[in-house]
Amino acid sequence: MLKVILARLKQKHRTMKYPAAPAPALPDRFRGRPKIDSAKCVEGCHACAEACPTGAIAVTNITRIDLGKCLFCTDCVNACPENAISYSNDYRLAVRKRDDLLVDQDKETLNLAAKLDSKLRSLFGRSLKLRQVSAGGCNACEADVNVLSTVGWDLSRFGIQIVASPRHADGLLITGPVTKNMELALKKTYDAVPEPKIVIAVGACAIAGGPYIGHDQVLGGADAVLPVDLYIPGCPPNPLTILDGLLRLLGRIQDRIG
Amino acid sequence: MTIDSSSLASLSNSRSIALDKVPLLALGDFQKTILGSVKAGRRVSALFGAPAADEGNTPLYAVLADDEENKLYVLRTIVSGERFPSLTPDCPQVHLFEREIAEQFGLVPEGHPWLKPVRYRHSWTNLDAWNRPPGEPILPAVGDFYKVDGDEVHEVAVGPVHAGVIEPGHFRFQCNGEKVFHLEIALGYQHRGVEEAMIGGPTSRSIHFAETLAGDTTIAHCTAYCQILEALAHCQKPPRAQVLRAISLELERLANHVGDLGALANDVGYLPTASYCGRIRGDFLNMTALLCGSRFGRGMVRPGGVAFDADEKLVEELLKRLGDAERDTFGAVNLLWETPSVMARFEGIGILPHEVAIELGIVGPAARASGVARDVRQDQPSGLFRFAHIPMSTCDAGDVLSRAFIRRLEIQHSIEFIREQLHQIPSGPVKAPVTPLAPKSLAVALSEGWRGEVCHVALTDERGRFSRYKVVDPSFHNWTALAYVLRGQEISDFPLCNKSFNLSYCGHDL
Repeated sequence: MLKVILARLKQKHRTMKYPAAPAPALPDRFRGRPKIDSAKCVEGCHACAEACPTGAIAVTNITRIDLGKCLFCTDCVNACPENAISYSNDYRLAVRKRDDLLVDQDKETLNLAAKLDSKLRSLFGRSLKLRQVSAGGCNACEADVNVLSTVGWDLSRFGIQIVASPRHADGLLITGPVTKNMELALKKTYDAVPEPKIVIAVGACAIAGGPYIGHDQVLGGADAVLPVDLYIPGCPPNPLTILDGLLRLLGRIQDRIG
Repeated sequence: MTIDSSSLASLSNSRSIALDKVPLLALGDFQKTILGSVKAGRRVSALFGAPAADEGNTPLYAVLADDEENKLYVLRTIVSGERFPSLTPDCPQVHLFEREIAEQFGLVPEGHPWLKPVRYRHSWTNLDAWNRPPGEPILPAVGDFYKVDGDEVHEVAVGPVHAGVIEPGHFRFQCNGEKVFHLEIALGYQHRGVEEAMIGGPTSRSIHFAETLAGDTTIAHCTAYCQILEALAHCQKPPRAQVLRAISLELERLANHVGDLGALANDVGYLPTASYCGRIRGDFLNMTALLCGSRFGRGMVRPGGVAFDADEKLVEELLKRLGDAERDTFGAVNLLWETPSVMARFEGIGILPHEVAIELGIVGPAARASGVARDVRQDQPSGLFRFAHIPMSTCDAGDVLSRAFIRRLEIQHSIEFIREQLHQIPSGPVKAPVTPLAPKSLAVALSEGWRGEVCHVALTDERGRFSRYKVVDPSFHNWTALAYVLRGQEISDFPLCNKSFNLSYCGHDL
């Protein structure tokens, strides 16, 4: 028993103060929101679009990145001969509408997720129970959702909890591109959640299919099957990005422009 | 049984061989060679079909591993028609490979004792081993399950959607009261069609498939993928890159092993270790993120080497964090061994006997916990592991306690290994150019992921593109072990047994 108490003292108090205090430091090489400096672009160059594994970049008369498809890899950065694309350390990426993830060149801001309407906030604001459904995910998004329940992040201090049954839940948190083999189970799980309910798509796969866009065996994201209320990009998103999205949805973080 | 040496071509890990040097045997000889090799102590790392050059003649390939001789062997045959005699009754470790061949190519392994689909999908050819109509959808886990009859026997079905944040799978138990007679596991829910998509590659997506075959095993799978390309391009990786790859691989092992010990503690209701390990796991993931920006190692390993270097400042920071994490880890996990109620719950539960582990071809910590000394880093070393050795740990009991103890030992060894390597990273570049791939060749790459052997095999066509890319995640071998250990166990011990293997659904389903 004494050893347990001693271990407890040595392990210390670890729950972070965020969002009351600044967010935990991210590594220097962290790849947050990508930025395009179009002044450096050479006319007729499509190197970034050609290098992108998921077709997230379109170069027409302007260059546009779809953060929903983006794997946050370095293929475009390495392909660009002019160093016009770079990653910032801005972890705030969650939005309410799919179109808000289409980011045009030079755009400094992202239309970050708005809070739920007042009726839903009165229901979920201090208590949001979510059922997680992995629908073809690689277990990385799942792992970093799980992290939010550890002592460092302590998701339950916000009244948010991952629950065991859809019948106990206020909504679904979906990861994975929605495989054909998970379509029915996902729909049944959704149907089992009582109204009103919300759907959160976490990760590139759940938003647009991720690396598997266009595969016969996947449907290409959660909104191919269900209405989605919150999109959280990343491959996988950092736990901080996920938490930021959840807190915005509940109106606990207010700055809408990131 | 002696094996005719002309029936096998030998190669070492991460080497390629011209396709015409791979012995082409008659089906009977091919099977005899596999059987003889397994009897002589070798094991089947991969057995798979490839698209037929002419319809009705499907090539099969086998990769055999000889862990004593540190050698790999490859051989092939051609199956004419739609069926072949099953090897499974004489060689249980190929049971799932044969089911996979049946599902992908529509060939029937005659005499297979339990011929069911693996991933519940249509075949790649116009043949179907179960004569299902081509247009009709195939529903996962729908079909016959092994059933025990009797008035007192009941069936418990769990999944695909589980209570925790876990991937989907279906578990069907035959029980008498609390006691489990039999467990059958049906997977395939995570099937995203990766092996088909690899054909014609490498493309800009191939490496991202490799990184997400099993997202918690990004480094091991991506290393195997890159070793395939390097083998086919005859590329020499710079020493500095090899060290950084090995450090990344061991960091991946540390994060997962620490997380698993916490999860095991959680499953027996011992919350101190569960809470601490959940957090410490993140410390190891964040060390990987320090290297490459991603907690899961995305972007780190690239063909020809690694994409990120570590300067002195970074090395210093890693060493400091490693020391802190080491202290916290042992402070947290040693509590398990000092708490008799935890030991009592781990001991004697979910026993995988030594000979069953060998017969089923089990790999990784699960094999080592049953006294099977099998570790790619030692037996089939590539990269840095040819020069720097990590001691292999084994245990005899094969129970949950052994699988926990192996992880604890491996945590210690990996930390020591990383520390030693960080102190002596050779100078020089971290990446070498990779030339186009050799045409009409076969390459095999193995790496020891935290769950065990990751095996990739590639065949190239006359233009040097993949004509077949086979992936074998350690979970493909090991799911059967989980089903096996549940026999005679209390059903309430399922979560504990399951966690002691902690297998990948997506790595199995591809």
